Amino acid sequence: MAVNRNFRTCPSTGLVYHEPAEALIRWNAVAGVVSLLVGGVLALLVTLTRWPAVRLLPPDWFYLVLTAHGLDMLVFWIIFFEIAVLYFAASTLLKCRLATPKVAWVAFWLMIVGAITNNVAVFKGDSSVMFTSYVPMGAHPLFYLGLILFAVGALVACFVFFGTLVVGKSEKTYNGSIPLVTFGAVTAAIIAVFTIAAGAIILIPTFMWSVGLVSHIDSLMYRTVWWAFGHSSQQINVAAHVSVWYAIAAIVFGAKPMSEKVSRTAFVLYILFLQLASAHHLLADPGLTSNWKIFNTSYAMYLAVLASMVHGLTVPGAIEVAQREKGFNKGLFEWLRKAPWGNPSFSGMFMSLVGFGFLGGISGVMMGTEQLNLIIHNTIYVPGHFHATVVVGTTLAFMALTYFLIPTLFRRELMFPAMAKWQTYVYGLGMMGFSVFMMGAGTLGVPRRHWDMAFSGAVLPHEFPGTAYLMMGLMAVSGILATVGGAMFLINTVGSVFLGKKIQTPGFARVSVKDGMAPAPTPEFAAPAVPAVHGSIGIGGFVAPGTFVLAMVFLTSFILYYFVNWKYLSTVWPLK
Amino acid sequence: MSAIQSPPQRVWWKQPLDRVEGTWIVIAFVWCMVMFFMMPYWHVYGKQNLSNEAYRSTPEAFLAKAQAMVDKHTVRTVTEQNIPVVHPVPGADVYLVARLWQWWPVLELEEGQTYRLHIMSTDWLHGFSLQPENINIQVHPGYEHVVTMTPTKEGTYSIICNEYCGINHHTMASKLYVVKPKKQ
Ligand SMILES: [Cu+2]
Repeated sequence: MAVNRNFRTCPSTGLVYHEPAEALIRWNAVAGVVSLLVGGVLALLVTLTRWPAVRLLPPDWFYLVLTAHGLDMLVFWIIFFEIAVLYFAASTLLKCRLATPKVAWVAFWLMIVGAITNNVAVFKGDSSVMFTSYVPMGAHPLFYLGLILFAVGALVACFVFFGTLVVGKSEKTYNGSIPLVTFGAVTAAIIAVFTIAAGAIILIPTFMWSVGLVSHIDSLMYRTVWWAFGHSSQQINVAAHVSVWYAIAAIVFGAKPMSEKVSRTAFVLYILFLQLASAHHLLADPGLTSNWKIFNTSYAMYLAVLASMVHGLTVPGAIEVAQREKGFNKGLFEWLRKAPWGNPSFSGMFMSLVGFGFLGGISGVMMGTEQLNLIIHNTIYVPGHFHATVVVGTTLAFMALTYFLIPTLFRRELMFPAMAKWQTYVYGLGMMGFSVFMMGAGTLGVPRRHWDMAFSGAVLPHEFPGTAYLMMGLMAVSGILATVGGAMFLINTVGSVFLGKKIQTPGFARVSVKDGMAPAPTPEFAAPAVPAVHGSIGIGGFVAPGTFVLAMVFLTSFILYYFVNWKYLSTVWPLK
Repeated sequence: MSAIQSPPQRVWWKQPLDRVEGTWIVIAFVWCMVMFFMMPYWHVYGKQNLSNEAYRSTPEAFLAKAQAMVDKHTVRTVTEQNIPVVHPVPGADVYLVARLWQWWPVLELEEGQTYRLHIMSTDWLHGFSLQPENINIQVHPGYEHVVTMTPTKEGTYSIICNEYCGINHHTMASKLYVVKPKKQ
């Protein structure tokens, strides 16, 4: 059978794009950015309502907008972009054709229809059930149906990705093992498959319940299965954004993993352990024993935490090694000082890494500890934590990658390069402040998903201390700063993609292979007989001493924060 | 060969580690083990552990038990709605109903005494959040959760709902009074 295989080589990066794959990467990325735009406007409304001094929206609108914000950001923006990353990691990095582009388009349209259906249900006003849609609170059937359609589309896209790996392997478009970034993408896709399976187990019965075919859904059973889906879906993001960190380190610095074994094993740990770790969402629930909670959170979660701690060292470590080999070998931090801080791909990626580790990672482990969870469960600390992981971690990493993709994938120059330089800082610092102040307010007991912390209209209202109001005000100001950063990103990317100067390169050639097989690429390098060792760089046998020092700073903060919380717990009323 | 290209060795799992990686993995693993042991340690030596005691129940059965307690131990009422304030005997079983959008009844407990607090929702999910102590427990419909609790300091506390439960979620707040034990 004749296979239509049009490839083009990007003249500036040397990356090879299969044209049908390229179109799919572009459209999925664009759909993601549109979701980000909608979610971003809603984010501003949520922030302005939770700011006690402003309280913009009435309660019914607030809960509606909060529901739509969560879904548009956590599901639609991130997953559309992740599908783009999967296609990129498979077809472009393996230099092979995308398997079944037609099926990939079916997946895309299923996801679009699902996203629109779900948004329509929410905006109609009878589905303000939050991202978690806990039963017995019910939404309109279209709410669940939209999510199911979207999930089916995403599942199909994952299988197109796996199919592409098979194509690459059988047509020998690469040598030996797949690149580390592709390996990370495989991790994300494997996690996605069983995440979506868990989602089907819970969302399909809930849909049937919403139309009256199932009479009762147990709330504890719902929460248990829902989190197998909800937590794992965030672990897809972690695998995806860690892959993006490695990709950007490779693109900007030519960095190679210090040890493929270490980095890949850490990805495997994600696959093995994250599903059980979703039990940490149920630590304050009745009807589950401590043994069950400890078993599922301790060994499973800590081995997944270990994986993140490993990536947290190996990504900057790889950058440090690359920089030192380029000659920035003086002292502990010359490599970091001389890094391209004006390149938004790098600055965004680096802030994503640091913010994810320090804010998201440490707070996540604290939340996931059986007893410590008692002092933060369902407070605004929880969204503080996940804005650090998902927004500083994932969204900022994806933004950083977008700055690289605009010239190579869309072949346009950035419209406002100076704005891009500042954007990652405005957004990153705004979001970090936002997360930290939320955590502060949560430590003081301010609830999440709550229209008015002054309890207007309540017969026996609670009065929060002034510090809690200060925290919420600072949170809102940081949130507005982050929204400005988000707007800068959207203006720049949308402007560049549609109106940016087209990149014309003399000698740009389209490689078309209309029939049959493309010739296998010639090996770019001869495999060395002995494994590469890092020459004379580093200090005291450590090739990346600066990174190691940063890692120890991280560990110290982690230990201090962890035990401060135990101290805090020990002062509350005895419970058993 | 960078992370976006195939590794130089076909067999990536034989590539050696750098010393910095090996050292960090050992340190990180030890720390993960410390965190692992903190949870069982706290079950033995710590005083704040969430109870494992819970029973399946129905709204009718639970409300009946709460009503019986209210009938027996109400000491006064508060607010225009005349919400009963219940002062149960120390050590007793105490019932707290979570429903749209109130906590019922109001409890008055004695400092330093231990109570078996039964919490259940009769409708949707709610969140028991004791302020300013900041103890937070998920409240399910159909699951009667028994938490053995010892108030340590007299004062007026608030119980607020911190699980989203509908449009008037922000009005779902109540008081919990802790008083000095009565002189014998
Ligand atoms: Cu409630």
